[in-house]
Amino acid sequence: MTVTAVGDTAVVTEPRAPRAVRTGRATRIWGQVLLYAVLIVLALIYIYPFLVQVATSFKTDAEAAADPISLIPTVFTWAAYELLFSRSDFPLWFMNSAIVTICVTLGRVFFVSLAGYALARLRFRGRALIFALVIAVMAVPGVVLLIPKFLVLNQIGIYDSYAGMILPLLVDAAGVFIMKNFFESIPVSIEEQARIDGAGTFRVFWSIVLPMARPALITIIILSFQGSWNELSHFIVSTQSPELTTLTKGVASLASGQLSQGSQYPLKLAAAAIMTIPVAVMFFIFQKRIMNTTQGALKE
Amino acid sequence: MTTQVSKAPRRTGASGLRRGEGAAGWLFVAPVIIILGLFLFIPVLMALWVSFSDWNGRGSPLSSSVDFVGLENYAAVTTGGGLAERNFGISLRNIAWYVLLVVPLQTALALFLAVLVSRAVLRGRGFFRTAFYFPSVTSSVAITVLWLFLFSTTGVVNEVLSWVGINGPNWFNDPRGIFHIGFGAVGVDSAPTALGDSGFLGISWWDWIAGPSVALFAFMLMAIFTTSGTFMLLFIAALQNVGIELGEAGMMDGASAWQRFWHITLPQLRPTLFTVLTLGLIGGWQVFEQIYTGTQGGPAKTTLTPAYLSYQAAFQNQDWGQGSAIAFILFLIIIFFALVQRWVLRERPVSRRRAAQYQVKGQKP
Repeated sequence: MTVTAVGDTAVVTEPRAPRAVRTGRATRIWGQVLLYAVLIVLALIYIYPFLVQVATSFKTDAEAAADPISLIPTVFTWAAYELLFSRSDFPLWFMNSAIVTICVTLGRVFFVSLAGYALARLRFRGRALIFALVIAVMAVPGVVLLIPKFLVLNQIGIYDSYAGMILPLLVDAAGVFIMKNFFESIPVSIEEQARIDGAGTFRVFWSIVLPMARPALITIIILSFQGSWNELSHFIVSTQSPELTTLTKGVASLASGQLSQGSQYPLKLAAAAIMTIPVAVMFFIFQKRIMNTTQGALKE
Repeated sequence: MTTQVSKAPRRTGASGLRRGEGAAGWLFVAPVIIILGLFLFIPVLMALWVSFSDWNGRGSPLSSSVDFVGLENYAAVTTGGGLAERNFGISLRNIAWYVLLVVPLQTALALFLAVLVSRAVLRGRGFFRTAFYFPSVTSSVAITVLWLFLFSTTGVVNEVLSWVGINGPNWFNDPRGIFHIGFGAVGVDSAPTALGDSGFLGISWWDWIAGPSVALFAFMLMAIFTTSGTFMLLFIAALQNVGIELGEAGMMDGASAWQRFWHITLPQLRPTLFTVLTLGLIGGWQVFEQIYTGTQGGPAKTTLTPAYLSYQAAFQNQDWGQGSAIAFILFLIIIFFALVQRWVLRERPVSRRRAAQYQVKGQKP
């Protein structure tokens, strides 16, 4: 028992008491080596697929099949990218994704912070009920909404239009929740001062409260950007015409082979790599904050 | 003053500072209410109606030519005895194995990663955290495309397997259940009569215990790969809040690292464990985009999930009633399991047996 206590890790090689201390030190060093070895192998497993993805997009079809694992193409070719950008609808898909993502992100930031502010600060009849409903909405599994969303979009006549793609995504219950929590955490005194000076509610919100809410707003921007850029199922049920195809929907059709002959892995992986770039850039810019917001947003 | 106002909200007048707050409040939440109402509440009600109707996708489901058919659609997928019931049975079989294996594994892996990167002394902590989290930011479409390549016949995974002399399968085209493969290895190749002749939801018991197919197994690995990073972050946050004093006390008592983790750290992680398991469970039952992108339910329907089946029934076969019925059954299943989990992992007083264990341990020299 003593040995284990000194050893600090579960692995104890020499159980004999007199050598306990020395063994302990050795165990600790081996423990460290083992720890780094495990971490490095794991990191390799998590990162290598993405390196292979980029490398393969510069290979020829034949090489991608013959040597999938090497990171340096023997014949370096831009063929996949040329095909994507000059002889396919890929640029159109990219534009559609960009339009939707920008509209959704701007809209969400505004509406979600308005509602969050009202629920945190303004007193009005029905506030508790509305908040309860917002929480209830968060619990509805999104996949159950596929058919329902189509039914309503069809009924009100915005199926297969930008409006139908954007409007339903404009509000996100989790965002309202995050903003409400944030507004409750900042002191109320500055707003009161502005009110005494005669500023209206919207003015107080717009020029006093919102600038203070930058950290929370960035969280909302990250979540909306990532969410709408990566969104697929909503676009499946809200559009059908090729002109409204987004990146996710277009690349999914590439993957299931609807547009191509043969496996064409370099082409598909190039498409997947390009669609990953915007979220990856976003991730690396806000890396520190994402690592913390995910904790804050989901913590009970 | 505060209590007075909240008790009896006044429209205007008495309180100058609070003037017009009621109107402003409603105005501020109006966009959210309208959009959630229009694209969430009304849709769900409409779909509920469709699941009880014979609407065939033409015209409006609210028009007078659409009839109420009671539980017919629900009966068709649960007791009909036809293809609809069989498909639903297959999709439930697939997703049950998926959830059963993915949720514990992703939780355990996330916790393991979190513990590794939370060590007091660690160089390159930021690098490792970033590496483990990165797959979580990519879209399911992009990651599925990548997975189709990695797990193709001549892909990276089979290449690596060949280094150790294993001849890898044709992953996404292999419908064999992994447990059936296991039974085959010990000589059981076909169903014993007891399991082959009877069954549930149109699937024989023998097929229920087939386990996930090789193709579905590849999707399961993908799910674990992409979610473990997110959940790792939750565990890291929780580990930072766990007091180290208790752990040190445990060290004094001569507890091994494993004992300390199991008896001291883990119980304190219970709330986070609950969150992670619940999120994993809810996400697990809803698998859709990966299937839509990758295999469309094949090979031999072994990657068919209830969500994809619901989509297929409605949008491809124009059987909207059945599609909606499947979606609502799925909804109920998810709620049911979330509640069960909540009940199982509830905070409860230490049982007498447990308490007795601690007593014995404490008395040991």
